[in-house]
Amino acid sequence: MFAGKVIGRVIATRKDPALDGARLLLLQPTDWSGKESGDPIVVLDAVGTGAEDEFVFYVGAREAAVAVEKIPPIDAAILGIIDGVTLEEA
Amino acid sequence: MKFARVIGTVVATKKDDKVEGRKLLLVQPVDISFKPSESPAVAIDAVGAGEDELVLLVSGSSARQTEATTNRPCDLVIMAIVDTVEMRGSVIYQKGVND
Repeated sequence: MFAGKVIGRVIATRKDPALDGARLLLLQPTDWSGKESGDPIVVLDAVGTGAEDEFVFYVGAREAAVAVEKIPPIDAAILGIIDGVTLEEA
Repeated sequence: MKFARVIGTVVATKKDDKVEGRKLLLVQPVDISFKPSESPAVAIDAVGAGEDELVLLVSGSSARQTEATTNRPCDLVIMAIVDTVEMRGSVIYQKGVND
């Protein structure tokens, strides 16, 4: 599982029926200190976050589909809103 | 999921029975500026996408989770046609306007 920041949303009227009612968000992957890295991706919101700039963790690949009851065709899903991260000094 | 543009179709008469009757589209993955980001690939279309449309791609084993691809040998599927993308408070894509 990885960290990221919600930066927007995607609206799609025509989609797989298993995605009806699902919220698709634009997510900027970050490291665990919140620093941005890589290209934004589209993720399914499995926990009801939605607020822009929210710091979250997400799961990729087939495991993402399991986060939702209908097991829709998704390869990334937000699983939780991060309240805080404690990093040990290296 | 990643954004992609539909750039063509692929026709194959002789193919695996499990992809029989599936629509094969050539897609160009794009980044958040909607510029090409990697090499084009072939995807099974689960939603009736058309040429030039901006779509969402699901890759890997999740690609088998649509009705069109259940238990089929498929690692890339089009599962949504994009209408609007909002980023940091602004609309950065609107179907029909930014195409």
